[in-house]
Amino acid sequence: MLSRTADCLFWLGRYTERAANVARGLSVTLRLASLSSELGAELDAWRSLLVASGCAPGFDAKHAETTQENVVDFLVRDPDNLSGIIPCFSAARHNARTVRTALTVDMWGALNDSWNQIRTAEFQGERLPGFLEWVRERVLLFNGAAQDTMLRGEPWLFVQLGTALERADNTARLLDVKHGLLGRASQDTVEYGQWQAILQSVSALRAYHWVYRDRLEAAKIAELLILRPELPRSLVACFGRVVEVLERIAAGQGGRRGECHRLAGELHARLAYGRIDDILEGGLHAFLTDMIGRTARLGSEIEAFYIRA
Amino acid sequence: MVRAFDEMRQGPEGPVRGAYAEVAAWLARTPLEELEAKRAEAELLFRRIGITFAVYGEGGDPERLIPFDIIPRVLGRTEWERLSTGLAQRVRALNAFLADCYGPQEILKAGRIPARLVTGNDLFRQEMLDFTPPGGVYTHIAGIDLVRTGPDEFYVLEDNARTPSGVSYMLENREAMLRLFPKLVARHRLLPVNRYPEDLLATLKAAAPERAGPDPTVVVLTPGSFNSAYYEHCFLADEMGVEVVEGADLFVENEVVFMRTTAGPRRVDVIYRRIDDDFLDPLAFRPDSLLGVPGLMAAYRAGNVALCNAPGCGIADDKAVYPYVPEMIRFYLGEEPKLANVPTYLCEREEDRAYVLDHLHELVVKLAQGSGGYGMMIGPHATAAERAEFAARIRARPGDYIAQPTLALSTVPTLCASGIAPRHVDLRPFVLSTKDEVRIVPGGLTRVALREGSLVVNSSQGGGTKDTWVLENDPSPSTQPC
Repeated sequence: MLSRTADCLFWLGRYTERAANVARGLSVTLRLASLSSELGAELDAWRSLLVASGCAPGFDAKHAETTQENVVDFLVRDPDNLSGIIPCFSAARHNARTVRTALTVDMWGALNDSWNQIRTAEFQGERLPGFLEWVRERVLLFNGAAQDTMLRGEPWLFVQLGTALERADNTARLLDVKHGLLGRASQDTVEYGQWQAILQSVSALRAYHWVYRDRLEAAKIAELLILRPELPRSLVACFGRVVEVLERIAAGQGGRRGECHRLAGELHARLAYGRIDDILEGGLHAFLTDMIGRTARLGSEIEAFYIRA
Repeated sequence: MVRAFDEMRQGPEGPVRGAYAEVAAWLARTPLEELEAKRAEAELLFRRIGITFAVYGEGGDPERLIPFDIIPRVLGRTEWERLSTGLAQRVRALNAFLADCYGPQEILKAGRIPARLVTGNDLFRQEMLDFTPPGGVYTHIAGIDLVRTGPDEFYVLEDNARTPSGVSYMLENREAMLRLFPKLVARHRLLPVNRYPEDLLATLKAAAPERAGPDPTVVVLTPGSFNSAYYEHCFLADEMGVEVVEGADLFVENEVVFMRTTAGPRRVDVIYRRIDDDFLDPLAFRPDSLLGVPGLMAAYRAGNVALCNAPGCGIADDKAVYPYVPEMIRFYLGEEPKLANVPTYLCEREEDRAYVLDHLHELVVKLAQGSGGYGMMIGPHATAAERAEFAARIRARPGDYIAQPTLALSTVPTLCASGIAPRHVDLRPFVLSTKDEVRIVPGGLTRVALREGSLVVNSSQGGGTKDTWVLENDPSPSTQPC
């Protein structure tokens, strides 16, 4: 496959996933902000979302004040923020159009319809929860169309690669939003509500109860989202998928491998054989920061090997 | 202007020509509302497939649909075979002419064509001198525009020897007709058009350098998604099962062309290029071109890659060279032309210019190197001010203009806002050439001028298209109206 096509498909996977993840991040923050007990604490929630999503510098360059409305506008609409929901849809559609023949009609339809609707959608105030839900549904529709209709060749694998890598990055960032909360045990009801919100944001609250059949505990939440392979959005599951996809691409090319294969394998092994106590002992924030950095490096290595070689 | 020849029938009560017997009967028994519903369905179909043609510089949505008319244009077997033989003859002569002009230049030495029209032409490529492309073919894919003025009167209006477009519409139009009117199609025995992609791939493979072996790597080179014919580039690549690439996807190393793939560099043997000569290679032609591939011409001249069509074909389809094509046929093939040219006045000839300036009200004036219906004037439809403007332009730059009589282009019934009415058409068959043979898919692209009385069929000027049917057998000569 042409490197340019791979590039478009890889980023198509990343942009669609990112749009949904920003929506997830906004949803959990909305919930956390409404749960705050202290006056002014809800603004901290919006602030930590900006920091965790890596958007704080861009935001501060444009806004003097951190308010819900400003943050939402920046993360949803602002064309200067390339990680915003609407800019992500726009970039995804552009990529899809460039490699139109590599996509199925259903994938294109899901994306094109979303793009046509999102341009005029309202998302502030009361509309926000409904809008965020809609964004998640549209991305689920796109992923479902890909899953159901796409030929299992290299094009499919590159979309999957983009999705899995972006998802890993997002889970690490979401955890990082409230790493302080998960680093200690607590019986505070407010904190309990906050834990629930974090799990809900990765569609994992029910999953927690199925896996642990117990009350929420900080260490177990961290373990579920980082180390449990059963949860499709856990770090270990995402990297497992990255390794699997990279191996399938290599198999299709007569075993040709590069640094990205080694790095992905190393990352996955670390998670597959890691223990949550060790991670928490070393500090959750430090661990997550390291994971986010390695995920970014893996992305660059994949591009260096397959796309910009 | 004389009344145009209608390909279905002369006048509302006149006899229906044989080839149209079934179509006329269908039109007579189908209520207008039903036809209109079918037209809406066709539009939906084309929009869903995403067949668009980009029109720039006019504001509005640049991604436009070319209007498709659901009433087919029908040709009989004998009619088509006459055209087909004439087309093959003409394209053979054009290829011989190109080989000659970039080689011994015998036709120029013999004084049969003025040398300045060829070697002094902007489209003449010095880079092609003393070099023979693989197989000696220059224009592998040619589109020859034909018009008709009577039952047996066909003329070549112009040749397109560089990068003719429109063939995807020919194929999609047939698909649309098969989906919308299976019964009507079934009442005819039509010669199929859907082998075009296969023929094209075979033509491109045959153009490959010898060392490429039996299965050369073919790509379609596009200027990118902003080009008006981008849809067609992707469509053809997809149908042939080859990659559609942009300049940046290719690179040249040691005079060998590679494309960048996920599995590493892959050698390319044949490039069906849909970008103009000027933009092919910034090292050889326009240095500011970002669309092309640096070093491509060197690789081509080294015999490591084939370009289809060859650079420099512009001298064969230039409108100032066009009047000499019949001469080429006599010179290279020793035959009389089977397809006539439209009489053409070259404004740079003093005698012709005087005639043109005196008869602007009845002539069509065109830019010698223009295309797409831009920069032309149709005398009988022009205002006095427009004619005065063109007269001034012709006096200022006579070499840039040619003129032809305004032909009464034939008409075919067309579904218009006001019902079914005759509209003028032309025909662009696509001619594929290898060193051994010439292949033409029966029919071609019929373009129709949708505005009443308009003679301009170009899609960039609001023209539409029709499916073109060639019957497997000749029809009986004519039937009575139904």
